This record gives sequence, structure tokens and C-alpha cells, in this order.
Amino acid sequence: MTSTPFKSHSLFDRLTVSWGRRAVIGVPMVFLLLVFLLPFLVVFKISLSEMDGVAFKDVATWSNGWVHFQLHVDNYLSLAQDALYFETYLSSVKFAALTTAICLLLAYPFAYFLARSPADRRPALLMLVMLPFWTSFLLRVYAWKMLLADAGVFNNLAMAYGLISEPVKMMNTPFSMVLGMVYTYLPFMILPLYANLVKMDLRLLEAALDLGATPWQAFWRITVPLSRSGIAAGSVLVFIPCVGEFVIPELLGGPQTLMIGRVLWDEFFSNNDWPMAATVAVVMVLLIIVPVALFSKSRAEGRAEGRV
Amino acid sequence: MQEGILVAPHSESQPAATAVAAPFLRIQHIVKKFDDVAAVNDVTLDIQQGEIFALLGSSGCGKSTLLRLLAGFEVPTSGNILLAGQDIGGLAPYERPINMMFQSYALFPHLTVWDNIAFGLRRDGLPKPQIEERVSQMLDLVQLTAYAKRKPHQLSGGQQQRVALARSLAKRPKLLLLDEPLGALDANMRQRTQLELVDIIHQVGVTCVMVTHDQEEAMTMATRIGVMSEGKILQIGAPAEIYETPNCRFVADFIGSVNLFQGVVEVDAPDHVVISSPQCRHYVSHGITGTLGMGVHVAVRPEKMVIQHTPPLESERESPAEVGCNVVQGVIENLAYLGSLTTYHVRLDGGSVVKVTHTNAARHTLTPLSAGDRVFVWWCGSDVVVLTR
Repeated sequence: MTSTPFKSHSLFDRLTVSWGRRAVIGVPMVFLLLVFLLPFLVVFKISLSEMDGVAFKDVATWSNGWVHFQLHVDNYLSLAQDALYFETYLSSVKFAALTTAICLLLAYPFAYFLARSPADRRPALLMLVMLPFWTSFLLRVYAWKMLLADAGVFNNLAMAYGLISEPVKMMNTPFSMVLGMVYTYLPFMILPLYANLVKMDLRLLEAALDLGATPWQAFWRITVPLSRSGIAAGSVLVFIPCVGEFVIPELLGGPQTLMIGRVLWDEFFSNNDWPMAATVAVVMVLLIIVPVALFSKSRAEGRAEGRV
Repeated sequence: MQEGILVAPHSESQPAATAVAAPFLRIQHIVKKFDDVAAVNDVTLDIQQGEIFALLGSSGCGKSTLLRLLAGFEVPTSGNILLAGQDIGGLAPYERPINMMFQSYALFPHLTVWDNIAFGLRRDGLPKPQIEERVSQMLDLVQLTAYAKRKPHQLSGGQQQRVALARSLAKRPKLLLLDEPLGALDANMRQRTQLELVDIIHQVGVTCVMVTHDQEEAMTMATRIGVMSEGKILQIGAPAEIYETPNCRFVADFIGSVNLFQGVVEVDAPDHVVISSPQCRHYVSHGITGTLGMGVHVAVRPEKMVIQHTPPLESERESPAEVGCNVVQGVIENLAYLGSLTTYHVRLDGGSVVKVTHTNAARHTLTPLSAGDRVFVWWCGSDVVVLTR
């Protein structure tokens, strides 16, 4: 009986709520449309056009009252045929995956102990994680150059103490590049993991111990599965920027560290071949959409189980 | 079983059964300190096999800490815990033959009902067919077979509670610990579940220690109750014993409600005592462990009092000696009609208030009492408990 007056209310509510909801969802949607989808379509259009001397032709031209479309798919074909691009993509994904894996290995124990440390000490520890962001990223990467160079701090110290007789080549190797990327992206792995682990109900671990699980078993059976969404979030946040990373490979990488970001740069600025560069970029975006889709799926599953 | 024969009706000490059979669980002088504050302060307790023992107390009284000491989540500062003769004090939680049903259950959200129940069995490395058999037994026991593939969040509160019970019973523990077992259920569900839970525990035959702050829950489910306050157990006994013969003011006040009269012992005979208090003279028809002139409290339960417009007739009194005693006068300040009973708050002439409950046995009374009426409240000398602490 009492539900009748509420119902007429809820219709009104539903209308206003749906408008409010639309506006709230709409603003980021419009933002994404303007700064992501539109530029992407422009890039996609460029990738389908042909070079004409130093400039590229328009895909659609207007003459005699007709619109002429000239879709040029040669770039995609050459991308598929040229083994260099394929290898570069593969190598980018490989380095990004390696960086993500190392970040996860380092960040998980760190985030775990951060989340389990006394509540009053956590802000200070979190501050330490974010401290590097206070100095310029470029400066910090340059600092690694100083540390790792043949006549750098590490080699000099090791030689001074007689640990090595001649400098170990560290700079411009896969080692130095992956080190730089791990160093740069580690906080992006720690923070989502911490956010996830700190929310965990510790009584679940007690329940596991009570049922006969050793602390180690409880960790693998309860903590890790329950932090799956945090692992996924951190991995995506590290993996995606790493695939397209340009600055770190440029500064710390070498001939063995082929990264798609550098190829992009070369196509745009050295070869001035914008359509080819755009093609490389489009394929890279597609390459990144796959892990994001996997991530969203895992998030959705996590939410269905009552945890985010 | 022997307890009933060996124990005197008003015995305040532990049942003499301790001398007959070695207790199944012995807690000896357990102390647990957190930063020099004793949460559990020198508790000694014996629990027989098959008992359901309830630790009852308000929050912060140390009952949960005591339970966690039994489970192994806390290490005692001093004292021993013996289970079936074995000292389990040094064992980790996962090494103890004890399982716990957690408050609000702590079911694993990422595992199905089936996997939740199988969790402990798998840790024991039981062969697969045996695990399957045991889990289906447990599902049967709690009547959740149809829900085996569900995740905990897809179940109602009552169903989650049963999964938690099944999970804690699956390993056939020697001792089952229940932490506020029905605390997360609404009042309606609770009453039904109390008896259901006792039924299952009896079916399995497991010894059980439960913690609760709900006296009704403790009295419904437990064979014996230990009332705790400030880290100590004040009284141990069967529900009726705790209610009818509280051994101190805290217990009398905590279990049910009680009217307390402060007074001084005036006559101390082996078969009766007379205590004078500002409100009235109390004739108590049993001896007490006190001395002449000692300050004591006389405790009378509200339902043991009679409230009426006229003074009690001599013929109504238990003995002629009570005439002029155990009766007070006052004005009904307010009353609450609760259906089965009515509660009266009577402001005595001396200024203090007594609470009287009257069972509404008849639909209509000839002389209904209403607020503002001047009334007599009286009681029998045998229904009184004299508290010396």
C-alpha cells in the first residue's frame, strides 16, 4: 500500500537521476571523444594517405562536385611485409612484459608490507613511494646515465674496491633500459597493489590459518587470488606506457633495444613519412587494446564477486 | 550427568564433576597482556567433553581474546591450555585440532560454497574421494547441497552462517569455537537459528566454546555459562544457576534485571537472616555467608515481586516471620504494557525506584493498575539473593 506514493516519486526521480547520470558520464565521454577518438581518427586518416613529396595527400579530395577517396593501404602492407616492424613490435612487447614482471616481483612484497605496516606509519611510507615524482623524470633518467656509464659511479666504485679490473658495460644495453623502465614505473605498480591489499579483510587469513593452511599457503590461496584485480591494474599501468616508451630507450637503451617508440620518432622526424608513422601508431594502439580488454574483463569478474 | 546429584542447589563453586572425569579442555591461569593491560586476567576454566560453554560479557571484557587464545591467534603471556591432556599452548593455529566459526563468518569470497568447505580438508591433504564425501556430508548437514556452486555473496545471511558452520565442522575438530555466532543475523532469524545451531552441534557431538554478548543467546544455547568482566570470569554455572543464584552484583545486574537494596545484616541465624535497608526490613529465609553488621545487597528479580493496591494479607505470606518485612510502598511512576507482561516502575517513598514485572495471565483484571496509583510491592523471603560483593 505504501509503495504507491513512492512509485510516482521514483518516476520523477528516475528522470532527474538519469539526467544527472548522463551528464556525469557524458563529460568524460566528450573529453575522450575530443582528445582521444578524434585525434586517433586523424592519425588513422593520415595512415591511409600517400606521401606526395614532402607533404602527404588528403584522403578525400573535392573536384567537379565529386568527392574522391584515395585510400592508400600500402603502409599497412609494408608494415606487414617488413620484418623490421614486426620485430620491433615484438621486442617492445617483450621489454614491456619483462619490465612489468620485474615491477610486479618488486612491488608485491613492498605493497604487502606497506599495507600490513602500522596504520600511522603508512602515509610516510607512501610518501617515499611518491617522492621520486617530485623531481623531473628526465633528470632522474640522466642520473642513471651517470651511475651506469663506463666511467660512472658504479664502475668507479667497484674498481676502486678491486671488485672488477675493467669497467662493466652497463649503459646502452637491455639491462640499463629495463632498469630505467622498472625504476620509472615501479610506483605505478605499487600504488594499485597497495590500494587493493590494504582493503583486504585480515580475518580471511586467520580463517585460512584456522583451517590448517600454513602462512605461505594462506598467502597463495587467499591473498594472491583476492589481489588479482590489483595485480591486473598495476600490470596494465606499467605495461601500456612501456610498450610505447620513447625517452627511456632513447637515453638508456642501445642498439639491442629496439622499441616501437623510437621507430615512430624516426618515421615522423627523420624520414618525415607521416603516413607510415601514423600506421605504426595505429597498429600500436591496437596492440595495446588487447591487454586493456583483458584487464577490463578481469575487473568486471572481480566486481561480480563483490570485490573491486 | 553426575552434576545434578553431586551439586547442592545453591552451590556457587564449580561442579564437583571435575573430580569424576578429567576435563576435556583445561584453561589454567591464563593471562594475556596487551601493553601491560591484562585483557585476560588469570582465567582458570574446565570444560567437559560435549559441553556447549558460553563466555558471556559486554564488549571489551576479554571474552574474544580468550577465544583467540584458544584458536592460537594470540599467544598467552602466561598460563597453560590443555586439550584432551595435550598442551596446545605452543601450537600455531594451523596445527591445532580446533576450528572456529568467525564473527560475520569470514567466508572466502573468491571460492564457492563447496570450495570454502573443502578448504581445510585440502590443507590436510586428504584424498579426493574422501574430501568429496565429507563436503557433501557437511552440505547435507546444513541443508545447502543445492547451493554448493554459489559464491558467498550470492547467499543470504542465514545461508552464509550455515556455510561458515559447515566449514568449521568439516575437519571434525576436537573443539569448535563460535565467535558471536548469530551476531550478524536479524532478530527474527536469530531465535530460529539458535536452536538449529544447537541441534547440529549435538548431532556432531563436538565440544564447543562460544562467545557472545547476548544473554538470551547464551542461555538458549549453552549448557554452562561463564560471565566475564574486566578479564576475569566472575561466575560459572548453568543458565538457571547464574540467573537464580548470582554470586555478585555484576552478574545479578548483567543477567536479566534486578532490584538491589543496600542494607546491613541485623539478625544472622543459620536458617534465616534479617537485613535492614532504608526501604524496608528484609527477611531472608536461608542462611548466608556473612557476619552480623556486614554491609550487603539484597537482590530481588522484578518478576518475583507482587504489585497490588492493598497491603499483603498475612495468609499470603510465606511465613509469619515475614509479616512487616519484604514489603515497600510507592507510586507507579510509569508502566509499559508489553503484551505477555507489564513492567512497572514504582517510585518508593524513600525516593528510589523498583522495577516490577507482572505476567498478564488474565485478559482483564478487576483492579487494573495505572500510573499514579499508590501501591504495595512485596515478595517472598525465599526468592531473595543476598550478595556480599
